[in-house]
Amino acid sequence: MRYIDEYRSGQAAKKFAKQIRSITTQPWTLMEICGGQTHTIVKYGIEDLLPREITLIHGPGCPVCVTPLEMIDKAIAIASRPDVVFTSFGDMLRVPGSSKDLLSVKAAGGNIRMVYSPLDAVKIARQNPDKRVVFFAVGFETTAPANAMAVWQAKNLGLKNFSILCSHVLVPPAMEALLFSPSRLVQAFLAAGHVCTVMGYEEYIPLAERYRIPIVVTGFEPVDILQGVYMAVKQLEEKRCEVENQYSRSVLREGNVLAKKLLKEVFRTTNRTWRGIGEIPMSGYSLRPEFREFDAEMIFETANIRTSESPLCIAGQVLQGMKKPHECAAFGKKCNPEHPLGAPMVSSEGACAAYYHFGRFRTAKETTIPETLQ
Amino acid sequence: MCLAIPGKVLHIDTTAQPVMGTVSFGGVQKSVCLDWIPELKVGEYVIVHVGFAISKMNEKDAQETLRLLEEMAEVKDELDPDEPASLSPSNGRKKPLS
Repeated sequence: MRYIDEYRSGQAAKKFAKQIRSITTQPWTLMEICGGQTHTIVKYGIEDLLPREITLIHGPGCPVCVTPLEMIDKAIAIASRPDVVFTSFGDMLRVPGSSKDLLSVKAAGGNIRMVYSPLDAVKIARQNPDKRVVFFAVGFETTAPANAMAVWQAKNLGLKNFSILCSHVLVPPAMEALLFSPSRLVQAFLAAGHVCTVMGYEEYIPLAERYRIPIVVTGFEPVDILQGVYMAVKQLEEKRCEVENQYSRSVLREGNVLAKKLLKEVFRTTNRTWRGIGEIPMSGYSLRPEFREFDAEMIFETANIRTSESPLCIAGQVLQGMKKPHECAAFGKKCNPEHPLGAPMVSSEGACAAYYHFGRFRTAKETTIPETLQ
Repeated sequence: MCLAIPGKVLHIDTTAQPVMGTVSFGGVQKSVCLDWIPELKVGEYVIVHVGFAISKMNEKDAQETLRLLEEMAEVKDELDPDEPASLSPSNGRKKPLS
């Protein structure tokens, strides 16, 4: 496909890898923010192309992974009601709540439907006026305008049976929380290209200046990642701390102005709890008061649902880049994609699932395939 | 979840509220909301996330990364001509963990 295949070119990737090697003089630790970038890095073995001095740590940019357990339990409580059609992106259905997941609610007769777009959920609400249709609105700034459009359209159509369970999170406050941490490891960020496609990158400039850290807005194909790493390492080696844009074929400095305008109309920023990390001030969106009638938490009175995380799973440390997935005692044993203990093993963009599927754990212990008996 | 892919605009319906259109992803056609990309023309490429076009592909910049690679003449000669044309993803796990 055009604009995809050329960014997977093996020769192009190797050229960038050689360039990175030629400028690297000392160890550097970089964090890619987005789970989609982690997926590419692990799938294509990007780390194997980099010099030994460069360490990539995987950031918290997987919305499925950071949605708090309490929100999953609220989703399960709402989806279990006989008058509700619960709609969601597919990834959220398998995230374990405290006692079960949404898929098991569906198996027990719950009306749960997987949708491609939030506008599909609005369509279901129009087609089912006798049901209350709820959409599980998770995601970062990339997804938030689409969900805002669903609410805006429902209001425009005068729908009384549509609402969203809102659990939106924002990237810059999480980056700042990581930078503020006393155990800060990260020396440069590869910022999330599609988040910046919507939001632009002006809000990253004060972060780069205040914390003296290079930030490179980076795309998702292997050549994009390698170019992003090259630009970040070049800044580190030259002692520069700037915001640069590797993904300029999609990202404008000001982002998508119309999408941002809709976001402001429908949402306001609020404190959010991140699974495995804790509460981060002003790190998410909730509906503005004028859209309160579309807030599923208000409609279904879920405020009394309170749950806390399992101590077994070290997802929080993985999400902050403090541990690699295979360093967890449960990895691949008690915790695997069929029976995940934590969300990073559920989503295909979760670091744990990516390591499991693409065999990146083998550095710890090599597995062998038994030969066929003669 | 922030996955977004480029597709070619085949049709734009400006009478729809919001503006909708048809986008082709390597031959697979989907209905996509085009409301946030003003002055879009049929034949141009957009980047689509959960059924919404979030940006118009900047074709000049899309070529820039590739042109930069061409300029890296100093490493070009060192490349093995037998290298694969594209990176291949890992085949994944051969055997479940015991």
